[in-house]
Amino acid sequence: MDWTYAPAPESAALANLQPAYRPFLDGQFVDGGGEPLKTTNPATEEVLAEVGTAGPADVDRAVAAARRAYTEVWGPMPGAERAKYLFRIARVVAERSRELAVLETLDNGKPIRESRDIDVPTASAHLFHHAGWADKLGYAGLGPDPRPLGVVGAVIPWNFPLLMAVWKIAPALACGNTIVLKPAETTPLTALVLAGIAADAGLPPGVLNVLPGAGDVGAALVGHQGLDKVAFTGSTEVGKEIQRRLGGTGRRLTLELGGKAANIVYDDAPLDQAVDGVVDGIFFNQGHVCCAGSRLLVQESIAEEFETLLRARIETLRVGDPLDKNTDVGAINSRAQLDRIVDLAAAGDAEGAQRWTSSCALPERGLFFPPTVFSGVEQTMRVAREEIFGPVLSVLTFRTPDEAVAKANNTPYGLSAGVWTEKGAKALWTAQRVRAGVVWANTFNRFDPTAPFGGYRESGFGREGGRIGLEAYLDA
Amino acid sequence: MRPAPSGVIAPGGRTAAATTLDRGPAALTLSAVTTIVPAPRPDARNAGRAPVDTRDGVAGPGFGDVGRDEASLRRFLHGLPGVDQVGLERRSAVLATRSIKRESKLQALDMAISMIDLTTLEGSDTPGKVRSLCAQARRPDPDHPQVPPVAAVCVYPDLAGIAVEALRGSGVAVAAVATAFPSGRSSRAVKLADTALAVEAGASEIDMVIDRGAFLTGRYGAVYDEIAAVKQACGSAHLKVILETGELAGYDDVRRASWLALLAGADVIKTSTGKISPAATLPVVQLMLQAVRDWHRATGELRGVKAAGGIRTAKDAIRHLVAVNEIAGPAWLTPQLFRFGASSLLGDLLRQRRTQQGGHYESTDRIGNA
Repeated sequence: MDWTYAPAPESAALANLQPAYRPFLDGQFVDGGGEPLKTTNPATEEVLAEVGTAGPADVDRAVAAARRAYTEVWGPMPGAERAKYLFRIARVVAERSRELAVLETLDNGKPIRESRDIDVPTASAHLFHHAGWADKLGYAGLGPDPRPLGVVGAVIPWNFPLLMAVWKIAPALACGNTIVLKPAETTPLTALVLAGIAADAGLPPGVLNVLPGAGDVGAALVGHQGLDKVAFTGSTEVGKEIQRRLGGTGRRLTLELGGKAANIVYDDAPLDQAVDGVVDGIFFNQGHVCCAGSRLLVQESIAEEFETLLRARIETLRVGDPLDKNTDVGAINSRAQLDRIVDLAAAGDAEGAQRWTSSCALPERGLFFPPTVFSGVEQTMRVAREEIFGPVLSVLTFRTPDEAVAKANNTPYGLSAGVWTEKGAKALWTAQRVRAGVVWANTFNRFDPTAPFGGYRESGFGREGGRIGLEAYLDA
Repeated sequence: MRPAPSGVIAPGGRTAAATTLDRGPAALTLSAVTTIVPAPRPDARNAGRAPVDTRDGVAGPGFGDVGRDEASLRRFLHGLPGVDQVGLERRSAVLATRSIKRESKLQALDMAISMIDLTTLEGSDTPGKVRSLCAQARRPDPDHPQVPPVAAVCVYPDLAGIAVEALRGSGVAVAAVATAFPSGRSSRAVKLADTALAVEAGASEIDMVIDRGAFLTGRYGAVYDEIAAVKQACGSAHLKVILETGELAGYDDVRRASWLALLAGADVIKTSTGKISPAATLPVVQLMLQAVRDWHRATGELRGVKAAGGIRTAKDAIRHLVAVNEIAGPAWLTPQLFRFGASSLLGDLLRQRRTQQGGHYESTDRIGNA
């Protein structure tokens, strides 16, 4: 029987969208010295709001405010007192979760199901987790009385705008640092609302500063001499540039960069769940995930059957209006990103991989790309080597566990990997050999504040979350 | 023990059962079956067959003689891919977030009503109680004649005749539980007699229980034989096989029991008796829907699923329909292939239906309830 789900859109009005947003500096929303930018809804390409950006002088002022707050208020404050502010912010994020989820979906294009069920709850959980650490840092295994670093400059990407902001802010503040954060050019809104929440919570001025802007603001921030630490999440290319600039300055740096994760499916995997996990691994957040499982490595003996199951499953994904509660795959965040995905997919065709595309209908307007699978991909092809950052899966095969590991590691990246097998020993054997900061066994893309996240090789260094994640914000 | 190829059944077995074990010349060997659930393959042996009603009592086409003996069955069932609890439950949780509104909700409510096996399985059941249930089965909401009738009325075998009488000409089927329901703890002879009682009374659907004791001790052959024997005794009546998933040892067992029942000839696999909790949970139903989906991929045959026990609200029923739609596929959204076994669900469906149309909730006292 044909049963079409009626549209079930979440109300856009819940976002409490303002016509204009301004930088948050020294406890106040101020007019920035930069050229205002317009942030758009990628699902419609309509302008959502005008956002004031920071000029070079604003960066100086923000860093100075953060320094003053660090020296006079936040640094000397006992951890138990800092915790109270963080708990308060965490609670308000949870209370205003619906507003934040809708705003995130409008600005980013991700499905409301994900912003509602993953982004915002995980952000709140991250704040709660670190609030709990603030008065217990002496027990983190980093020495009896680890000291904060000072002023942190953080630059974050557009794929998880609120969550990435919290991943930087929560540990930095819990550990006694103050922070200047630059959200991504295309997704500044939720970080600014978060700043407002912090202000409402009474967070002392200067402890948190949010400076919207493009790459120039980011460059001015990370190069600023008044910082003690830089935390960057974004592309490997920019990460390398930052690393070059900070070399020899004595300033601390953590980088969370790109990835080309392998999802290894052995023939003894729980197949239906492996199919779901592979789908989740690559189509979660339209594939705009640095740890996305963009390379499926499937054992040759089950490759054909697995691909059949996989395609049937992908056909059930609902692509469309991100605000619709039943949408599984939303909009591509920007025109530039869509162009990049289209280009790389064309490279896949040109190099002889077989493209398969879900037959789902795409909305008539907005930035969308259908779930796509390339079969017959070889290690040498661009779709196997370059981070596509879109809903495009490359399928490769292997014959033995050794070959699976060799192929998984044949990449300059090392952020995440997935292993699917019902044999515990094989999962552990594989996890020990795969060079990736995070290895998921029989699951994928699971995030928890207690679990450290981060990569190595060209995926960066430093960990976020967990006990060890505190090290990035402490002089230990 | 099950003697190997002759198909002669174990001590106490009857000819009827033995016939079901005879393998036709077309039987494939086990080697044709991979260790994973096979995807649809063009198969010369099946190509000429119609998609439905091809079974002749043997294991389904494409599976050859896996029911031949205990060892073959064990190899097959333990060769099925494992089920990861975390992943399965996660998928169910995501499906449960689907938001079904407006016309699609109205459609779902009517669909759910038409899929109900309206059930009374109490020691205190009487002809009066059954007739009252049958009256509502025919016309669930007389104030709203557009409401479709339910799929069937489900009763104990001794009351099947009453239901047949009360439902004559209505199109509503009579289902009877049999085989020493709900425990299934009796002799094969008693179970077959129970089945015969229901069939003779005119029940067109038989809900049998598997021998969980045999299943849990790994005697898959005994379970297989019993299902096959009951199938034979059903004649033209449809056979639903109750796995009683709440008594099995986890999700892998549910998958194995599903395949065992399908191999032995079940028309429908059913979660529970309703006497044990947990009964029909979303992950279990999802798993059984995967089994019939994979069975269809492998054989071209459409088999059904019945979710019974614990589904009391329209919201819960709609979640199951979402699972049917997205796991098995829209082809299963029909009373022929998906059923709810329930007694109190109908009341909530009717109430939600009125809410959907009238825009406000009505008191349950304004809706007739058998």
